[in-house]
Amino acid sequence: MSVDALVPSAIDGLMLGFVYGLAAMGLTLIFGVMRVINLSHGPVIALGMFVVYVLFTGAGVNPYLGLIAAAGLGILFGVAIYFVAVDRIINAPELTTLLATYSVNLMIVGVATSVFTTTPRAVDISLGSVGGSGVTILGTHAVAVAIAIAGAALLYAILFRTRIGKSIRAVANNRAAAELMGIDSRRVLALSFGIGTSLAMTSGALLSTLFSFTPLSGATYEVKSFVIVVLGGLGNPTGALVGGIVLGLLEGVSTVFIPVSWVPVLEYVIFIAILLVRPTGLLGARA
Amino acid sequence: MRGITVALALIGLLAAACGGTTTPGAGTSGQATVKKDLIIGFTASQTGAQNVASNKQTEGIKLWVDDVTKAGGIKLKDGTILMPQIKSYDDQSATDRVQALYTKLINDDKVDFLLSPYSSGLVKAAAVVSEQNGKVMITAGGADDATMEQGFRNIYQVYTPASKYLTGAIDLMLKLDPTIKKVAIVNEKDSFSTSVVAAAKPYAESKGLQVVVNQGYDTGTVDFGPFINQISAAAPDAIIGGGHLPDGTTLAKQLYEKKVSARFVALLVAPPEPTFADIGEAAQFIVGPSQWETQTKYSAEAAKTAGVPFYGPTGADFTTAYKAKFSAPPSYHSAGGYAAGLTLQKALEDAGSTDPEKVKTALDKDDFMTFYGRIKFSTDPKTHGKQIAHEMVYVQWLKGSDGKLATQIVWPAEAKSADPQLRK
Amino acid sequence: MIRVRAPFLPALLVVLAVVAALPLAVNNNSLREELFLMFMLITLASSINIIMGYTGYVSFGHIVFFGLGGYFAFYLMQNFNAHFLVAALAGAIPASAIALVIGVPILRLRGAYFALATIGINEAMRTAINNFEPFGGAVGMFFNFSVYDTYGGARNAALLAYGVMVVVALATVTTSYLIRRSKFGLSLMAIREDQDVAMVVGIDPARAKVVAYVISSFFPALAGATFFFKNGIIEPGVAFDLLRSIESLVMCVLGGTGTVAGPIVGAALYEWLRGFLITTPALANFQLFLAGLLLLVVVLFVTAGLVGWLRNRYPVLRAYIQ
Repeated sequence: MSVDALVPSAIDGLMLGFVYGLAAMGLTLIFGVMRVINLSHGPVIALGMFVVYVLFTGAGVNPYLGLIAAAGLGILFGVAIYFVAVDRIINAPELTTLLATYSVNLMIVGVATSVFTTTPRAVDISLGSVGGSGVTILGTHAVAVAIAIAGAALLYAILFRTRIGKSIRAVANNRAAAELMGIDSRRVLALSFGIGTSLAMTSGALLSTLFSFTPLSGATYEVKSFVIVVLGGLGNPTGALVGGIVLGLLEGVSTVFIPVSWVPVLEYVIFIAILLVRPTGLLGARA
Repeated sequence: MRGITVALALIGLLAAACGGTTTPGAGTSGQATVKKDLIIGFTASQTGAQNVASNKQTEGIKLWVDDVTKAGGIKLKDGTILMPQIKSYDDQSATDRVQALYTKLINDDKVDFLLSPYSSGLVKAAAVVSEQNGKVMITAGGADDATMEQGFRNIYQVYTPASKYLTGAIDLMLKLDPTIKKVAIVNEKDSFSTSVVAAAKPYAESKGLQVVVNQGYDTGTVDFGPFINQISAAAPDAIIGGGHLPDGTTLAKQLYEKKVSARFVALLVAPPEPTFADIGEAAQFIVGPSQWETQTKYSAEAAKTAGVPFYGPTGADFTTAYKAKFSAPPSYHSAGGYAAGLTLQKALEDAGSTDPEKVKTALDKDDFMTFYGRIKFSTDPKTHGKQIAHEMVYVQWLKGSDGKLATQIVWPAEAKSADPQLRK
Repeated sequence: MIRVRAPFLPALLVVLAVVAALPLAVNNNSLREELFLMFMLITLASSINIIMGYTGYVSFGHIVFFGLGGYFAFYLMQNFNAHFLVAALAGAIPASAIALVIGVPILRLRGAYFALATIGINEAMRTAINNFEPFGGAVGMFFNFSVYDTYGGARNAALLAYGVMVVVALATVTTSYLIRRSKFGLSLMAIREDQDVAMVVGIDPARAKVVAYVISSFFPALAGATFFFKNGIIEPGVAFDLLRSIESLVMCVLGGTGTVAGPIVGAALYEWLRGFLITTPALANFQLFLAGLLLLVVVLFVTAGLVGWLRNRYPVLRAYIQ
């Protein structure tokens, strides 16, 4: 419709894409290392939102400090989920792991809705904005992009610059061989699940500074993460970040050309098309 | 502190009791009284997406039952006293569950009358079952027009239907600033919001407004950034629409952050909710339709002016009693629940019997005012049971003298608690 | 092999038929209503079992056919005054045709990729129909209540819907049994165990999978047509509800995938459990949590499901319970 909106919408979409990408990196890391599609991804994102919310409204903790708490809790929580729900069936067919993580999803949603109800919450934070002449960049969005990039960089530093990162990559490549090299694969798998969960909770914490949310909000981001992960190639963290940016841009730009309500249709059609034509994603599976 | 609360509670109970006993037809002549249980069935969403509003509605119904019980029951002309009893289940906000549970209420629990679950989709599902079984159901919490255009004969709606949700906002807007010409209509693409907009758009056009954007967004949309750029590019004077709680809250927040210059913004559902205040400054000046607000002043005098009887407690009595019982202020869902009970009570008294046919005749004839507003049902076979008299009120988030944001009623003019303002 | 088999199928059908007749015999409408849902769930779970349990393809978004069947049939009844029975069949055929069209490409995908693709298809369909005005868009479609006069009033229409749902469920179970006992079923299970080996022994996996997928789409479409006929309203969110899809997977797993009786036992157990949790006030608040916990316990410790566990524990039962 209006091309005037093209540039600002592209910028908006691009910025949000980084946050989507961060969430999807968590999902794809877990898949890459242990071939598990984590269906508790959405509720975990919502948990990240509520960590920030509770600290902010309860104790007046700055949302960005709350974010660090969410990231830390994410590791612990992820490791816990791994040992409770995944460890025993790590070699089972995908249906089993899908349902095991889905059962975790049910439990989190069940507890969260009885504690927080489904009334929408928001974290009232404003960092002003810069710009003019149609392009406005919000402070919160700019900070979100910076943190998302920092999060991605940190993940890379861990994966490629540390000993534990080396073991994670080894286990992802070939678990049996890694075990022969004396790597305790259980520990590595649990830690990977922890890092993946931590990424999801961090992105949830970031999203809480941008939009309002309920304990059920995670579902939307979970489906988006699936689309992103497929775009970028299942198991490929770089791909997830790129996929996130692509999806963000697509959401932003497509509103200029097609009615808003058709945007999700377009997203899913692209999703299916990529799966069929190039199931390894735009960048190829696994870095 | 504790003492004050207790005292307030006592006053509330007393007031509620007084409210209850002023019901007409309470004085019965010296016939022998027979006490009978009146079983009222409904489902509530204790879990699932609708649980908050649904609990409020259930609390409204419970308060009504309490008030009736304290007043000694519903007294019929033949001396029978009906003591209402609630039979309810959790429907998990799921339609297939609702149908199974309403069938159970009718057949196993042998309820006398039905009230509805909360939310349009669930009300529809329940209505089908109660119609199949020829049970009278008073609905609260369902505003969909389509439900009431299915040719039902036993369903009566106390909510103002969706088609009227935003027409009043358009009247208010033009009264406030007649120079407004360009309006953007944006709505959640779901059944309820789409019906609202389907009626609001032609109404806006009939008032000479130019609709510059008319688009729906998918349920579950989280980011409105690009969409708002689109709206901004069309430079509307006013924006109306929205959908439910999460999207409405985010939309308002982003309109503020993106400094959209529209002078008037009216959104569905979200603004009357207390948690709308979470978004801070962004809430200011946002207008929203509501079925009822605590400041609403429908009184015996208003009823006299309208030439209809006033029935049940006053708004103040209802609010005080409600706060005393549930330690939280009532929302319009609570008022709707209570009003559904009152409507049934009045029809039973008028009919002098629990015979469904007689009660239906009484409901068809009804035209009265309660603290919740005026109630009258359509008797046109095509839209039978649809609410045709109850009016929406419109709230706006405004800063009080203490600088704190709060909702005020700004429309209709005769009910307002503050003057409406344009966005700045 | 020539051996006297226990008459499993006739026995199963008789049990189901007796259960189905129960509410009519004692004239209990609410029991009938609960059984209507149960037979619907049996249909959904047993159909998924054909593609998932026998063939090994986790069709996560299988509910798409339930929605499509419902929409097509509703459209025919609404706009052409088609009789329900005609509309249900006429609605299920295009739904299965769609299964054929999408089945050919997506069944090339394996494992998680296939599961994700079926979710994508369901969501794409839901959002597209939300914008598709001939089907009422976001508002959906609804009957005028007088539609039921053709069937002797709404009560009789509900009775008819119940009857049809029972027949659909019995047909699904029969089909499921016949497939399992057939050569075709063997080739499906060969594909499940190892597609490449299956190919070597002369099975055409692409063909067999698509046939299984189309069959497994037909019955949910009929169930959808019946459900929405009785419901009187159809909306995109209710028709393409991913949660219902996941629930039918859960039922399969609960009872035991790959067995004929498993999905039936799973559906019945799941329904009973849900009813119990809802109506027990002390547990109502934690029902989602408890449902999740129970699912986890089954997935972790009773991998073969209830029926599978029984068959493994007491091998003598293998001849009697399929």
